[in-house]
Amino acid sequence: MKVLVPVKRVIDYNVKVRVKADGSGVDLANVKMSMNPFDEIAVEEAIRLKEAGKVEEIVAVSIGVKQAQETLRTALAMGADRAILVVAAEDVHQDIEPLAVAKILAKVVEEEQPGLVIAGKQAIDNDMNATGQMLAALLGWSQGTFASKLAIEGDHALVTREVDGGLQTVKVKMPTIVTVDLRLNEPRYASLPNIMKAKKKPLEEKTAADYGVDVTPRLEIVTTSEPPQRAAGVKVGSVDELVAKLKEAGAV
Amino acid sequence: MQYGLTEEQEMIAATVRSFVEREIYPHEVLVERTGEVPQEIAEEIKRKTIELGFYACNFPESVGGAGLGHLEFALVERELGRGSMALTHFFGRPQNILMACEGDQVERYLMPAVRGERMDALAMTEPGAGSDVRSMTCSARRDGGDWVVNGTKHFISGADHADFFIVFVATGEEQTVKGPKKRITAFLVDRGTPGFSVRDGYNSVSHRGYKNMILDFDDCRLPDSQVLGTVDGGFEVMNTWLYATRITVAAMSVGRARRVFNYALDYAATREQFGQKISKFQGVSFQIADMITEIDAADLLTLAAADRLDQGLPANREIASAKLFASEMLARVTDGAIQIHGGMGLMDDYPLERFWRDARVERIWDGTSEIQRHIISRDLLRTLGA
Ligand SMILES: Cc1cc2nc3c(=O)[nH]c(=O)nc-3n(C[C@H](O)[C@H](O)[C@H](O)COP(=O)(O)OP(=O)(O)OC[C@H]3O[C@@H](n4cnc5c(N)ncnc54)[C@H](O)[C@@H]3O)c2cc1C
Ligand SMILES: Cc1cc2nc3c(=O)[nH]c(=O)nc-3n(C[C@H](O)[C@H](O)[C@H](O)COP(=O)(O)OP(=O)(O)OC[C@H]3O[C@@H](n4cnc5c(N)ncnc54)[C@H](O)[C@@H]3O)c2cc1C
Repeated sequence: MKVLVPVKRVIDYNVKVRVKADGSGVDLANVKMSMNPFDEIAVEEAIRLKEAGKVEEIVAVSIGVKQAQETLRTALAMGADRAILVVAAEDVHQDIEPLAVAKILAKVVEEEQPGLVIAGKQAIDNDMNATGQMLAALLGWSQGTFASKLAIEGDHALVTREVDGGLQTVKVKMPTIVTVDLRLNEPRYASLPNIMKAKKKPLEEKTAADYGVDVTPRLEIVTTSEPPQRAAGVKVGSVDELVAKLKEAGAV
Repeated sequence: MQYGLTEEQEMIAATVRSFVEREIYPHEVLVERTGEVPQEIAEEIKRKTIELGFYACNFPESVGGAGLGHLEFALVERELGRGSMALTHFFGRPQNILMACEGDQVERYLMPAVRGERMDALAMTEPGAGSDVRSMTCSARRDGGDWVVNGTKHFISGADHADFFIVFVATGEEQTVKGPKKRITAFLVDRGTPGFSVRDGYNSVSHRGYKNMILDFDDCRLPDSQVLGTVDGGFEVMNTWLYATRITVAAMSVGRARRVFNYALDYAATREQFGQKISKFQGVSFQIADMITEIDAADLLTLAAADRLDQGLPANREIASAKLFASEMLARVTDGAIQIHGGMGLMDDYPLERFWRDARVERIWDGTSEIQRHIISRDLLRTLGA
């Protein structure tokens, strides 16, 4: 079986984000970019399935600016077999919306015929949490979202989902789309031999136009603002002092 | 030098950096507080490094290393420099000099070192012979077919974990126009060899938990098969292999300086006095400007020196400049970072006092700043007969 793993290039989770002066979004010039952490988990899961003999080939796909090539190399260095870069934007500040991404992915799926798509449940930059679901709808495939456990058993998969109040296990028919949650696995580091091999693995470059998909944004960002500053806390030495402070603040 | 790193080089640096952040940082406070690296943590770091294929990455593929070039290796060292040396010691990089192993030394020392089965330490310095290595008094005399070694080495890093030692010993004296000159030979000495003992050294304020020890030789008998390189050829092996390791000090200084810098930057951007962010005062913001300028300069000097080695160009002067500038830059950056933190910078609730202490040794070991200046100036002036 072939598995397709979409990976997105996002601002590194360690970077303190700064809102652009005009409020149009977050400043991405000269900041560290990395693979979306949920997508790393998706790549890791695909590699584990391959190691377990359930998957023969892992294809990583990234849709965005040309620089997303680095994100694909990371996926290849972790253990993906080949990569497809779909250039859909020139400006690093242009985010490709989930519907456009899902449409492109649907075309890639048509071409590649994977038996499984594993995606992150959401990207940490826009937190849309929609691509996997939209892709399932476009393809008419089953879906298992927010996976914290995944087992492939013949023509179906068991997906354990993190839902409010506990875990839920669903049985979905293959081919299927699984979106992964934080606790599914701990992604590996790229090993040095794999880093050296990554360059030799095939990376095919396409454009959104090749797939006939219009990526013009449908959403308008009205404004972006910093979260409110949290006031500094106070340290208290005793319960009495705590109660006094709470009273002072009008909290009790 | 071609500017810009390749994708592989970027990825190597990024991987080591995230390894240090995730596998080294969490144990640092424990090591600082106890001065020890617990065995299980040491083993875990070593195991993970081996799994990642980074163990002995400075060795050629022909002996099981990763065959990294000098530039890539400098990037690895730079990122490791962010973390505690006591811990990154187990992200093993055996001494390159082991490539001088011949015959059955390959299976007894080189290969086990590359595989992470045996750890090495290198011993040159003596109480009476520091910068002036050649004045060493630890010596070996012929007895039958063997060598008998007597003397003391001190400040030997990593000796607590070493299974064997590369030891430089005087094996005679020759007359030259400049007077008598010691002949030096390198030996491979196993821990536990009769007549050889390792004892606790001094407590260094730099790099707690990365211990230096004292080695005593008391009629320690070694056969010819323990000679690394050739008899009286110690300086040749030293010159062939040890210059390159100085880049390590430069690279580590750069990595650590970048980590320290981020603390200073964050603090300057958040601390308020006189009703505003202290970064609004030029006295603070200009320090930040100077720091990053010096860090970038040291980074480029270091990578350029490594690149010269990769191209097979003479690089001793460039390496010395990088080591000198980067280690002195680190001293200024750690001092400045403490200044920006005010009184809090000195408290061990923050790691800044540690970085400041750790920085101090970089100007001393692997050739003091004065010795680097000597190398640089002689390189330029010797040819002018001056
Ligand atoms: C923590 C630590 C770990 C170490 N680990 C090792 C190790 O693993 N293996 C090992 O072999 N060694 C090791 N060393 C030794 C280190 O390399 C020496 O400390 C260093 O070479 C300086 O020698 P010294 O300390 O004897 O100082 P000295 O050589 O006595 O120098 C004293 C001062 O005189 C100056 N000076 C000396 N000669 C000149 C000159 N010609 N011109 C101008 N100034 C000069 C020096 O720059 C210095 O300021 C370690 C040292 C330390 C502190
Ligand atoms: C060991 C120790 C003992 C102490 N003992 C006492 C004590 O007994 N009693 C007591 O009252 N205090 C004591 N102090 C406090 C000491 O006086 C303060 O640490 C000092 O005044 C600096 O204040 P700060 O640490 O809050 O740094 P900050 O004032 O926050 O300074 C941070 C940085 O900003 C810079 N900065 C601030 N304002 C400006 C400006 N306008 N222009 C340019 N740069 C600026 C500073 O120079 C510094 O580099 C002690 C401190 C220490 C470390």
